[in-house]
Amino acid sequence: MADKISSCLKGEGLTKIFGVGRRKTLAVDHVDFDFCEGKIVSIVGESGSGKTTLAKMLLGLIKPTEGEIYFQGKKRDISSQKKRREYWKNIQAIFQDPYSSFNIFNKIDAVLLDCIKMRDGKKLTNEQKVAMMAEACSFVNLKFDELTNKYPFELSGGQMQRLMIARIFILKPKVLLADEPTSMIDACSRATILDMLMKLRDEIGMTIVFITHDIGLAYYVSDTVYIMEHGRIIESGSADEVILHPKEAYTQRLISDVPKIHEEWDLSTVQYSVS
Amino acid sequence: MKQTLQQVFHSGKFIVGFVIFMALLLLVIIYPLFIKDAPLAIIAQGSFFPPGTYVNIYDSINTTDIYTLNLQDAAANRISSKLSNDDREAMKEWLIGDGVPADQIDTSDTASLLDLWEKNYDPQKNIPGMIFAQKRYYQRLNDSVQGILSTEGEILAALNPETGTLEQIGTVNQSDYVNIDQVANVRVLPLGTDNFGRDVLTELVKAIEVSLEIGFVAGIVATLIGLTLGLLSGYIGGWVDDMIMFVTNLFTVIPSFVLLVLISFSIGQEQRGAVTIAIVIGLTSWVWTTRAVRSQVISLRNRDHVNLSKIAGHSIFHIILNDILPYIASYVVMALILQISSAILAEASLSILGLGPKTSVVPTLGLMMNWAMIYQAEILGKWWAYFPVIVAIALITFSMNLMNTGLDQVFNPALRD
Repeated sequence: MADKISSCLKGEGLTKIFGVGRRKTLAVDHVDFDFCEGKIVSIVGESGSGKTTLAKMLLGLIKPTEGEIYFQGKKRDISSQKKRREYWKNIQAIFQDPYSSFNIFNKIDAVLLDCIKMRDGKKLTNEQKVAMMAEACSFVNLKFDELTNKYPFELSGGQMQRLMIARIFILKPKVLLADEPTSMIDACSRATILDMLMKLRDEIGMTIVFITHDIGLAYYVSDTVYIMEHGRIIESGSADEVILHPKEAYTQRLISDVPKIHEEWDLSTVQYSVS
Repeated sequence: MKQTLQQVFHSGKFIVGFVIFMALLLLVIIYPLFIKDAPLAIIAQGSFFPPGTYVNIYDSINTTDIYTLNLQDAAANRISSKLSNDDREAMKEWLIGDGVPADQIDTSDTASLLDLWEKNYDPQKNIPGMIFAQKRYYQRLNDSVQGILSTEGEILAALNPETGTLEQIGTVNQSDYVNIDQVANVRVLPLGTDNFGRDVLTELVKAIEVSLEIGFVAGIVATLIGLTLGLLSGYIGGWVDDMIMFVTNLFTVIPSFVLLVLISFSIGQEQRGAVTIAIVIGLTSWVWTTRAVRSQVISLRNRDHVNLSKIAGHSIFHIILNDILPYIASYVVMALILQISSAILAEASLSILGLGPKTSVVPTLGLMMNWAMIYQAEILGKWWAYFPVIVAIALITFSMNLMNTGLDQVFNPALRD
């Protein structure tokens, strides 16, 4: 299995320090990772463990203090706006809070058209654009006819997050960073969102970096799991390996913190093996 | 957008402010359509004529139609208008000295006072303690009372150019009237005239217009500078932020009014037009807008929608214009309103110091105050020269502050009553 899979996003000694002097905080501490193509990778950790900072460094929104990021085997170069645009064609994100992810002054059409423009330039006709938007909306079980000329804030949280996924469907990036995409959404919509992420992986072959504090969700969706504590990756491996046979006490605690409802799932066996 | 506008016009404070402001604006627009006089035309010879209707005497005498009206209160009105308060008090004093009980004398009732006077006054009588000069004064007062009471008309005479003698050409009886519509020249001066003999109301309307103009130009200049610097410094950060904040802090430390005074002074009286003053005011008052916009942008720049716009590959200017500016637009509008009202006040303060726009071109509210002050209107009690100006300044700033508070309540739900 491992021989076929090529490395997609790789980090070496990534470090981010905020502030200076006595108020210095080490958000991410010499992190190494290697995300494989076409897999869902989960980064699990408590709040404050540096997950989001790591994601922002991967997106190129903040500069790492130290360390290098390799994209598809090559050193990432985002020194100019043009290079950044190229990079962002390949790496996109879904944010935690769907309510603040959209510019409330832009209509849904504008949001989607923006993505089409970024992907294909201006050469498409209007009919093609509409067809593309409709396809993207139907991929996430939304009806484009009902959404056109509406503003994002007129939708529910779940619908907004699905709209974010529709964006991703149009852009078809190589890597998707999903930063706790389900934490602000009710439980019913949660499974739909997760299923859609898996559908993106299966149908488009996207690499998805799934960032969460909920190890139950991580086990549900991911192929590989990284556990983060205080800015360091303390444990990594395949989902089964890490979650069913945790080595670190921190991982064991995360697993035992999962609410009882998850026992109905496959995790019931985990509970026994841990205790 | 539509919803926001609806909300704005449901805020009581905003509506009151808006109505006052619109009333002033309408006055400025409509008044010149009817009164076409030049605002600084000197129409009166002499200063500080009180408010009122001015009827030309020559034209009244020469009107073709003379009407005879026998009005009951005409005589009483005539007498009471000619008998001053001092005269009434003096008459009361004499009557009391003569032995008339004080509670029977009512100085405000002209008819009964004159009755008592007719009945009791005797020029020969000696009131104890009265000196000769006072006695003469009462004799003169009595003569003039008799003159007032006379029912004779006045004779009109003209000089005969050949013989050099006066010849009677007509009489004006006490019961003669003219219709004011038939008098060729009647001028209403609702606020009288100022020290130079200019119509205060016409001048005031023009002054409000010019002051609003100064306010808008200064407010827009200040807001544009403040907004641009605030957006750049807040969004770009780093050394750009350091540089801009260094300059901003410098300007914060120097009191802007002192700066304003110095700049106005160095420009010189001849070069100071209304627009120049407006730009100078704008250039010295952008500091707080910059600081406020910067802090708002800093809190916005890490929001998810800005990040989303960044990873959609948009340029800095696209992000600032589309993802930052609309979010602070409401704040900027409020800041603009405050800047306008404070610019109007700044102009007034400058002009009072004599550093305002050049005089004799246009009036401004500050210049009118300055003129009233130099010609001592407040000491002479000529309230119409300065009080309406104060009311106008107060109304403008009050309405703008009300609108600002109203908008604040709409955009900032925590402040709603």
